[in-house]
Amino acid sequence: MRKQLMKGNEAIVKSAILAGCRGFYGYPITPASEITEAAALYMPRCGGVFVQAESEVAAINMLYGAAAAGVRAMTASSGPGISLMQEGISYMAGAELPCVIADITRGGPGLGNIGSEQSDYHQVVKGGGHGNYRTLVLAPHSVQEMADLTALAFTLAERYRNPVFLLADGFVGQMMEPVEFPQQAVAAPTPGWAVTGSAETRCNVVNSLHMGVDELEAHVGELEKKYRLAEQREARAEEWQTDDAEIVLVGYGIVGRILKAVTAEARAAGIKVGVLRPITLYPFPTAHFRRLALRARLFVVVEMSNGQLVEDVRLALNGARPVEFVSRTGGNVPSHEDLFRYVQALARQLNPGARAEEECLAHV
Amino acid sequence: MCSDTALDYEVAQGRAQSFYARFERKDELQHQTHYCPGCGHGIANKMLARAIDELGIQDRTILVGPVGCSVFTYYYFDVGNIQAAHGRAPAVATAVKRSRPEAVVISYQGDGDLSAIGSAEILHAANRGENITVIFVNNAIYSMTGGQAAPTTLLGQKSTTTPGGRAADTEGYPLHMSELLATLEAPVYIERVGLGDNKQTAQAGRAIRRALENQVRGLGFSLVEVLAPCPTIWKMSPVDAQHWVRDVMEKTFPLGVMRDRTGEAMPKPAAPPSPALEEIPRILGVADEDLPQGNAHAVEGSREVDLEVRIAGFGGQGVLLLGEVLAEAGLDAGLEVSWLPSYGPEMRSGTSNCHVRLASGSIDSPLVSAPGILVAMNEPSLRKFDRSVRPGGWVIYNGSEFPADCARADVRVLALPFTEVAHQLGDARASNMIMLGALLEMTAVLPEASVGAALRRLVKNPRWIELDERALARGRALFREAYVEVGA
Ligand SMILES: Cc1ncc(C[n+]2csc(CCOP(=O)(O)OP(=O)(O)O)c2C)c(N)n1
Ligand code: SF4
Repeated sequence: MRKQLMKGNEAIVKSAILAGCRGFYGYPITPASEITEAAALYMPRCGGVFVQAESEVAAINMLYGAAAAGVRAMTASSGPGISLMQEGISYMAGAELPCVIADITRGGPGLGNIGSEQSDYHQVVKGGGHGNYRTLVLAPHSVQEMADLTALAFTLAERYRNPVFLLADGFVGQMMEPVEFPQQAVAAPTPGWAVTGSAETRCNVVNSLHMGVDELEAHVGELEKKYRLAEQREARAEEWQTDDAEIVLVGYGIVGRILKAVTAEARAAGIKVGVLRPITLYPFPTAHFRRLALRARLFVVVEMSNGQLVEDVRLALNGARPVEFVSRTGGNVPSHEDLFRYVQALARQLNPGARAEEECLAHV
Repeated sequence: MCSDTALDYEVAQGRAQSFYARFERKDELQHQTHYCPGCGHGIANKMLARAIDELGIQDRTILVGPVGCSVFTYYYFDVGNIQAAHGRAPAVATAVKRSRPEAVVISYQGDGDLSAIGSAEILHAANRGENITVIFVNNAIYSMTGGQAAPTTLLGQKSTTTPGGRAADTEGYPLHMSELLATLEAPVYIERVGLGDNKQTAQAGRAIRRALENQVRGLGFSLVEVLAPCPTIWKMSPVDAQHWVRDVMEKTFPLGVMRDRTGEAMPKPAAPPSPALEEIPRILGVADEDLPQGNAHAVEGSREVDLEVRIAGFGGQGVLLLGEVLAEAGLDAGLEVSWLPSYGPEMRSGTSNCHVRLASGSIDSPLVSAPGILVAMNEPSLRKFDRSVRPGGWVIYNGSEFPADCARADVRVLALPFTEVAHQLGDARASNMIMLGALLEMTAVLPEASVGAALRRLVKNPRWIELDERALARGRALFREAYVEVGA
């Protein structure tokens, strides 16, 4: 497979179509609009449907219709648009409909700005809409992962009959990197539960209403079973130089990339640092954290938000190790120089002896 | 006609085929719906089922049900059923129809559903001319939730949220959805019918059938508004409620055809056939055979490369393209590359910048906060980023005079009036490529062939390719001249 330079946002659409997606329903918003624009171009050429909806409310409900009709479909948006989609996402989870939603995040709350923030974590990872449901969330940190995780998102959406999010920041959406694609497009068979307007599917019903209290409790129980299964099977994380790490840096998306740069620099300075980068934010890669906690002395969560991922990290570690938190917001990015200095200071606190030695050397 | 041995009478008009034989909504009462006696929904349901029967489209029909008193349509209609969120049925139906053009898709909605919470969805589905059928049951009230006001509630009509009666001053006037939608170009058929007496009801049946038939014929958007009694919430007997539809409601909502273009409408053309799966990678531009070989003009020797470049300037100076050519050339030369733009208001405010990395090893972060080379295409950009340049790095500055207060002992500078040079070459806009030429000469990493290949991939206009090639060469020469001078 040959590589080509491409924006993350464009890679999503191409990967989606290769993965059998034939419906895109969206509403423009920076920094996700390239996805909608690429879909407008390629969907019809590939035999798919593209509709620019009148709002994100309509877009997500169109997705509901496409999914109910048994077609792999997706949408893309950012913060304010995702807020509007939450109603439909809840309905889709309730009706057990698969779909893929790309959230290319921006700054908030309110209109916030279009800088890169990671402040949609709560609304995306924790369910966001009403009711007892979860969405599976994948967090790419490179253009190649934008492509690969999009394909995985469709697989998971269908496997669990549930909405799956791609949660990426504006940087990962806007940047260009070399990317390669599978050379074979996937055929998407129509699922047996779909309502397609045929004699065979006439008896099918897509519905999220369960009037009886016991009936609804049973339904919620079934959904929970799916989520437990996903938690056992689908959690993913990347570990980067964690084998002997005393300090584990934690971050997803673009922050994961920055943390790798910090690690390289810190390692060169003799500090035992590694990166744990969650790739799935739900299911959360709890096992990775617990395992690393056996050896590491300290976890540092770096986020472009006011502290949302850090809550899950604290839950996963359950007090086993201290968790430090570094935050930038508003579209600011933690620079790897600042983070390196921060890590250096932490290392000195952790190893005061080493520090004394260092100072001795300095005074020679 | 059917006869049931358990009954001691003949049923004159049997249950429609498109209804289930038994309704499994409740354990008891499986032969009847949940609608109250005299409810307009029950009648509208029946007419719809009968129309489906008559057109022989039961297998093809997909009914999108609303939230409201008719939420349980999926228990009654023996067709494909999709239950939608409050007001969103037209959006759902849009995608169902587009996904399954052979299906007959019906959006069944109440007046709260359609005219209040779902007003945007119905307006735009109608305006797009979706080939769907909308059955709009208007009973002038929110029934399911116990009788609150709807946009369609009549002036003076009491509801639990207009206890003194609807007042135009505070609640506005009854919303005439059919008239409103009939102002649009796309709809093919819009009619308001009533269930106020037998004659009206017969006409309602014909209208519903027609609206379905239009879809079967592929003509486009059809909507039937049905003025319907709700005896329970109106607190009337079924007979009084029926009369109220005819005697009172109809005065606010006159019956009639608001739009009928079924005569002249042409069936919408079918979508072109889908390409074969094997065709898809090529259509997407990701097929191997259509991509450059990569590594075609590999960097000579086993040189370690790690270039971190920041390029900044005014929008329109070609900042992003400069970076793209550099990254594309790096890819062609077999390097790892990344390109990251600033975007949005930053760009709109007139400045723009991007981060480019080229490395022989994998690239950790695509962000370049301490560039080895800063390409500053104007003074504000220089001032924004000059402090960030790594010691030992370079600044390529577009201006013959480098601002004295930006000078640093640990950073080398190439300051030339690149815009003027570009102007002399034929177009001031080629200054970005002259600066790139200087950068390429300075770094001496990328083979010329890679740069040429990158340029031809990104620039399509032959006139510009020619100019850009000259600009690159000029930039290289300028650096050599300046460097010799500096070195001397
Ligand atoms: C988002 C949302 N808001 C409010 C409701 C509550 N609700 C259910 S039905 C309804 C009104 C239904 O009125 P109408 O569409 O006129 O149907 P009818 O019951 O009169 O047939 C409302 C407000 C809801 N289900 N969802
Ligand atoms: S409350 Fe009104 S609309 Fe609802 S079922 Fe009864 S009569 Fe019909």
